[in-house]
Amino acid sequence: MPLFLPVEQSTRHLRPFLWLLMPLLVLAVLFFWPLSLIVQHALSDDSGHIGLGTFWQVIESRRFLGALINTLQIACFATIGCLLLGSLLSLILEFTPFPGSRIIGRVIDTFIAMPTFLITLAFTFIYGSAGLLNGTLMSLFDFDLPPVDFLYSMKGVILAEITVFTPLVMRPLMAALRQIDKSQLEAASILGATPLKVILQVLLPAALPALMAGGSLCLLLTTNEFGIVFFIGAKGVNTLPMMVYSKALLESDYSVACMIALINIALSLGLFTLYRLATSRIGTRN
Amino acid sequence: MLIWSRKGRAALGLVAILLFALFFLLPLVAILMSSLSRQWNDVLPTGFTLSHFTNAFHGGSKDSLIASLTVAFGSSLFALLYGVWAALALRQYHFRIQKWLSMAFYLPSAIPSVSIGLGALVAFSQGPLQMNGTLWIVMITHFVLISAFTFSNISTGLMRVSGDIENVASSLGASPRYRLYHITLPLLLPWMVSALALSLSLSMGELGATMIIYPPGWITLPVAIFSLTDRGSIADGAALAIVQVAVTLFLMLSLERVAKRLVQR
Repeated sequence: MPLFLPVEQSTRHLRPFLWLLMPLLVLAVLFFWPLSLIVQHALSDDSGHIGLGTFWQVIESRRFLGALINTLQIACFATIGCLLLGSLLSLILEFTPFPGSRIIGRVIDTFIAMPTFLITLAFTFIYGSAGLLNGTLMSLFDFDLPPVDFLYSMKGVILAEITVFTPLVMRPLMAALRQIDKSQLEAASILGATPLKVILQVLLPAALPALMAGGSLCLLLTTNEFGIVFFIGAKGVNTLPMMVYSKALLESDYSVACMIALINIALSLGLFTLYRLATSRIGTRN
Repeated sequence: MLIWSRKGRAALGLVAILLFALFFLLPLVAILMSSLSRQWNDVLPTGFTLSHFTNAFHGGSKDSLIASLTVAFGSSLFALLYGVWAALALRQYHFRIQKWLSMAFYLPSAIPSVSIGLGALVAFSQGPLQMNGTLWIVMITHFVLISAFTFSNISTGLMRVSGDIENVASSLGASPRYRLYHITLPLLLPWMVSALALSLSLSMGELGATMIIYPPGWITLPVAIFSLTDRGSIADGAALAIVQVAVTLFLMLSLERVAKRLVQR
């Protein structure tokens, strides 16, 4: 009997590894290998030497710096907007329900399944130069030019991203608010706390992990958002993903495209780590 | 609960309805109205027509609907197989090793989709795995983009599946293969179905990576909608977008209903 034991044990150790090898191999060939080629293209110059030449060329270019600042600005403002709109709507829908509030919650939730560019398309009908809002204002007040002109700028992108990503903030937030013991709120208000005080001292601490998770997910997705910016087609709004696309496809400048993609990936990995940390806090609390 | 006065509650309800109408309802209504009208040059669109929707089921638009469904189902089913396989294989490891190894499977969701597309373009347009201009490059790119979400759904589900039932099966003499097919996979089925629903919707709406790698014969719905609006046929684009959302929602809702029924069983 003892003779067989080592054999049995060694197969037991080997078998899980062999099983895992299959998906790891798929991941390596389809994901890590292309990723390594991006790194390789980014770090080698035209003659094939490894170096930071492309990096300095990209960092010193005005267009890249503009795109980086645009991306960060859009991501920050859109995330703040999502958190504000998402918190306000979640608080009202959860704590002062009214007829129809459940339907509103469900419709907002289905926005998660919609493609992001759909909202941009809708915005051209509403806020575009010949859209609903401008048409109404022009026929009411006899303007010669469309008075509302923010759609094809950064503000239009930010507004569209707020609509698209607010549902992602609301989903964890509503779940967290639902778990709060309602008698706590009653006790607080019977003891004389104003609604603002209840929000700040009772609700905010309980909802903070959900807010952090939703907010960091928003930050990650708004940094990498392509469809909205692409569909608005604003000339002045250049973001990192937009620049990767135009450098690669329109200018066929692959080493610069790969370098910008690499910087975008680094930024995105940082935000992803932030998101994982935020969601692990939810996990330990529940 | 937060506000006790009747007036205050009514005011807050009104605020919520206004915000909802402005941010969410108005865009949906605008898209729907434009897709159903002949022209929209004035304040409101004029002339009811269904021609934009009939266009959506003919010619290039119909081809892109078929292309999108092919890519979505192909990549999602492959991702499902891969996700189940990876999650089951990882479960045999110690918790700590599991945590680190699973990061590798989560990683694709941290990479911007345009960069995934660029990577696929660089890797698969030459060399040993050349598939530039074929359906495969679209499928593989979509697979990479959705694989992390599928894996995450499946491994969450696997954590909820109680190990006791499997242990009982083993101690009653079930072979590992029998246990996998008759115990573990049936218990995991609801999560597999909802993972499929999520990945289908992600693939149907993907634009960033597809814009970089799509071959001429396989134009997916989002790309087709973009080129329609770019050419100025915004109403046709809106109708096709509605068709896309309707198909996606139909697939998701029916799969989620299946998942719910499986849980109750």
